[in-house]
Amino acid sequence: MTSSIVVEASRTPGVGAGSAGGRFIRHPWVGFVLRRLGGLVLSFVVLTVVTFLIVPLIPGDPAVIAAGDGASPAQVASVRAELGLDLPVLTQFVNYVSGVLRLDMGNSFVSGESVSTLIFTRFPFTAEIALLAIVLVLLLSVPLGMIVAILTRGGRNKWLDNIFNFLTSLIYSVPQYVVATLLVVVFAVTLRWFPAAGATTLSSLVLPTAALMLGPVCVISRIVRRETAVVLNKDYIRTARGWRLGALRTNLRYVLPNLVTTTLTLSGLILAAQLGGAVVIETVFAWPGLGQGIVNAILQRDYPVIRGIILILGLLATLIITMVDLILAIIDPRNLGGTSSDV
Amino acid sequence: MTSRFRSKEFWTPAMITGGGLLMALILIAIIAPSTMKQAAEQLTPHAALGPSAEHWLGTDDFGRDLLARALVATRLTLLMTAGAAAISVVSGVVIGLAIWLSGRRVREIALRILETAVAYPSLIFALVIAAVLEPGVSSAVIAIGIAGIPGFARITANLASAVSSSDYVVTARLLGVSPVRIAARHMLPNMAEPLLILSATVFALSLVEISALSFIGLGVQSPEYDFGRLLNDSLGALYTQPVEAVGPSVMIALTGLSVMLIGDALAAHADPRAKRSFFRRVLDRNRTVPLAESDTALVRVKNLRVSIPGRQELVKGVSFSINPGEVVALVGESGSGKSLTAMAVAGLPSEDLAVDADLLRVGDMNMLAAPDQSRLAKEISIVYQDPGTTFNPSLRMGSQLTEVLRTHLGMGRAEAREVIVNALASVNITQPAHRLRQHPHELSGGMRQRAMIAASIVTSPKLIVADEPTTALDVTVQAEVLRQFRRIHREQGTAMLFISHDLAVVEALCDTILVMKSGEIVERLTAAELAARKVTHSYTKALLAAIPTLELGSAPATSGAPTS
Amino acid sequence: MNANAQIPPAVLGPQPAGLGRRAALAAGKAEGPAAPHAASVTNLNVRFGAAHVLKDVIMAVPAGTVVGLVGESGSGKSTLGKTLVGINKPASGEITIGGEDFTRMHGKRRRQMRREVQYIPQDPYSSLSPRRTTGQTLAEALDPHGANPMEHREVIAAALERVKLDPSAAEKYPHEFSGGQRQRIAIARALMLEPRLVIADEITSALDVSVQADIIRLLQGMRGKVDSAMLFISHNLAVVQQVCDEVMVMYQGRIVEQGLIESVYRNPQHDYTKKLLASVPGSPAFTLD
Repeated sequence: MTSSIVVEASRTPGVGAGSAGGRFIRHPWVGFVLRRLGGLVLSFVVLTVVTFLIVPLIPGDPAVIAAGDGASPAQVASVRAELGLDLPVLTQFVNYVSGVLRLDMGNSFVSGESVSTLIFTRFPFTAEIALLAIVLVLLLSVPLGMIVAILTRGGRNKWLDNIFNFLTSLIYSVPQYVVATLLVVVFAVTLRWFPAAGATTLSSLVLPTAALMLGPVCVISRIVRRETAVVLNKDYIRTARGWRLGALRTNLRYVLPNLVTTTLTLSGLILAAQLGGAVVIETVFAWPGLGQGIVNAILQRDYPVIRGIILILGLLATLIITMVDLILAIIDPRNLGGTSSDV
Repeated sequence: MTSRFRSKEFWTPAMITGGGLLMALILIAIIAPSTMKQAAEQLTPHAALGPSAEHWLGTDDFGRDLLARALVATRLTLLMTAGAAAISVVSGVVIGLAIWLSGRRVREIALRILETAVAYPSLIFALVIAAVLEPGVSSAVIAIGIAGIPGFARITANLASAVSSSDYVVTARLLGVSPVRIAARHMLPNMAEPLLILSATVFALSLVEISALSFIGLGVQSPEYDFGRLLNDSLGALYTQPVEAVGPSVMIALTGLSVMLIGDALAAHADPRAKRSFFRRVLDRNRTVPLAESDTALVRVKNLRVSIPGRQELVKGVSFSINPGEVVALVGESGSGKSLTAMAVAGLPSEDLAVDADLLRVGDMNMLAAPDQSRLAKEISIVYQDPGTTFNPSLRMGSQLTEVLRTHLGMGRAEAREVIVNALASVNITQPAHRLRQHPHELSGGMRQRAMIAASIVTSPKLIVADEPTTALDVTVQAEVLRQFRRIHREQGTAMLFISHDLAVVEALCDTILVMKSGEIVERLTAAELAARKVTHSYTKALLAAIPTLELGSAPATSGAPTS
Repeated sequence: MNANAQIPPAVLGPQPAGLGRRAALAAGKAEGPAAPHAASVTNLNVRFGAAHVLKDVIMAVPAGTVVGLVGESGSGKSTLGKTLVGINKPASGEITIGGEDFTRMHGKRRRQMRREVQYIPQDPYSSLSPRRTTGQTLAEALDPHGANPMEHREVIAAALERVKLDPSAAEKYPHEFSGGQRQRIAIARALMLEPRLVIADEITSALDVSVQADIIRLLQGMRGKVDSAMLFISHNLAVVQQVCDEVMVMYQGRIVEQGLIESVYRNPQHDYTKKLLASVPGSPAFTLD
């Protein structure tokens, strides 16, 4: 849901991040891999610190919450000792970090289940709809954006321009959970085509994926359209016209390759932001993924689970962005130089 | 700023719709809570009714009017959204500028951290904050507000970096103006417009996210209600009374849409490219024109006019001809219409321009119609001004330079490469086979321009149109490129239309010189007349006088003159 | 290396009448005969990452003169100009301005010294802040902290007068001027502080020839009326000849030739200078065959 703001952030060149330190590295891939690894490590450190801070920062006593309602002071004290909450903050932090590194993030206050197990059972459900949505979004929005840009180039077909702008604004300004609710009302409640909730059959995938997709399709097709319009104004498109290459050849060889970098970069950021969307969507469809998990955990003040899921979602977002960078570097080695956001 | 609101261009349909919607919503936010509070909050026995004349959207389980609830909720929703957006924008701008103002080390680290933060889904970030704070109105505002800061800070830092590299900021720094003053005087005023447009986006996002928090139960708590809370309430009754979801859904969508439309309209207004309008040219039906036997010219242009439809005539009735093997120059300053004339002759006028003429032909091809594309590609070659941008950066030189050979002459890849390798060698490009495997950015500007010339001669064209082909080049490279044009002309007898602003350049190369000013040809000269300075028109005289010429007194010793 | 390059330009011939009085006054001033140069540079090296852009540059701009700096794109001429004003940091070497080493200055002293070297960028469309009037822009040059045009009205009017603009121009915004007029304002701003040295970085190359001719006439008309020396960076040898007293030729990061225009143009020593002169269309050695 951060999409638009992220888009604008990436439009302008970065302030030269990524140039530092490059002068000592000979092979471009060495620098690239080092920078990316550095980014991953930094994200991990920041995420670990932030998730650790959740517990010391909460108002009230975490031990009281963990012990549950109506626990006696003695019970609270024993819970406090058991969870290590009586130790100095720094020791708690060290314990937390070493736990994270051993994939041990403690047990749920509510169910007593290990947080790692909980994440492992919930993760596939989120990955399923998120991956499906990513693939479909790219397959739909890239051709759509390109076609609209080509048809409206140089001020042609103003009506299409207006309709495209209006429809994408409209759909994009309807939040995903509203889309989800409406989809349920129409397709599950009224038409009874698909199940409204749960993850029982293959058809239960349809509505959550659709709800997750619509917004990103609009944003990304708008980006593709704008980037295409920029490329169509380049001198080398005039060169191709001067060589009278025909529309198809010009668009496939001279337009499309020059869209890839920006489109993929921004899509990566937007799709990472979709993990946030998944949180809400899963609530609507009672989808047993990480999103539903974190919402339940927050409502029940189940801090170990909150910590675990926030950590894993953050790592996923970072991974998606790193993957996009890697793909871009393979497609076009000129991208080895800067960071993904220096488009 | 004020004059803009009065201008017609500002009030596009999107702006009117968006502005109207937002005004209506603000009115509702002001009026509804005082007039409809009763209907919205009073518990009545008329529970869970369907839509009726009395209750347009029906009632909820406690008998409260759902339409009234949706309208009353507008005030709280808008206030919360505005608060969160204000936190994001103000803190974002302050942090972004602070990052720009700080030293290089701090700046790089801060940008790294921002980059990581931006990559993190902001809603989850907000969840973390909401998890720490007690759920409620103020914690939702703070959570969403803080979650939006990294994005806006990054935009501000990026914009600041773009503006700070502009010459006027550099100059101010050299004058000793302090960084804080530079930020206040030069940067903020010039960043205000994009920041304003982006604030609209931030508002829309904050709305979605605040409602999302309330929707999943972590934002506004009962008995208070905003759109998200109402939607959450409706979720439980989705099977029995789906209409309950309509009110808050529509309100959220309308609020988001109004802000998005305003943002779009502002952005379109700021982008001059969006204002261009396409002109559908009426094409002549005859693709070829019959040639009179006495008419031996290769190119004949009679009364050519190029205009922005309905506005301004840029080329005002130009006539000239080019004989086979003749090199004709069009000379003039910017705005004289020389490039427009040349591109009309080449059949590549810009798409928003109207082109008309009594006759416009190259050979027997009617350039006012749509001549056969293969013939056009083979018979007219074009060399452009800036070799830095005329090649596609993502394709290798080889596949671009062989395009015409493969597409229009039906050559295979290997054959076309061989032809191009020879052509590259003929324009003095070293290691031609290796160059074909390189990307454009790996070649120097002069090399790219020579490659363009090489590609332009392989089809043995009848006409080469060269649009300021040496303007972007260094003097020594310019001389080399001009020598290539001369050699091609000598060896292949190709006719040329050569555009330049430099009389000294065309004097050396061209047979006929046409001087253009404000869309008209004001003087025709032969090379001999120009060399003898036998010019009559006052503009040509002024132009000649304005060109600084090198005066060496006696010629330099020729012993050391380069031979290249 | 040839003979010309190693001789300090001041020794090459009689001081040209030049832009102004400072050359004449310098000898009598407190800083004494030690500062006949507005700026000088010894063994200056500038690197951008792995690229060695300026290599052991030695050069001097005599006070009050206009020195042309020519060379192809990428030769380092613009980098030299930007290093002199302090935009680029040198890797090593010494930059002396008015007899003092600029590279070793810090804090307030450095900021003061900065005002002694002013810079005119190439593009007249980006050199003036679009949201500030000419008066505000010029007032900022006089007083970077206050910048109130009312306080300096007369000085601003005189500065505009000097570049042949009406005093009413002070109330207008950049978009109300043509490219040539904007460039005049940029020149006025640079000269306002009467700096020791003005760096003019390709200030005529973005202009049409007739506008360029206006600017050349303006610069010629200022000779003898302005104290500042000027480093006139250009790729156009003919323009340099019309505006400058001396010329330096830069090639691949080095100054390969330096001297009075007459002697360098008539009797070039370095191969690159010869090639450069022979490449100018209209010059006697220029031929396409």
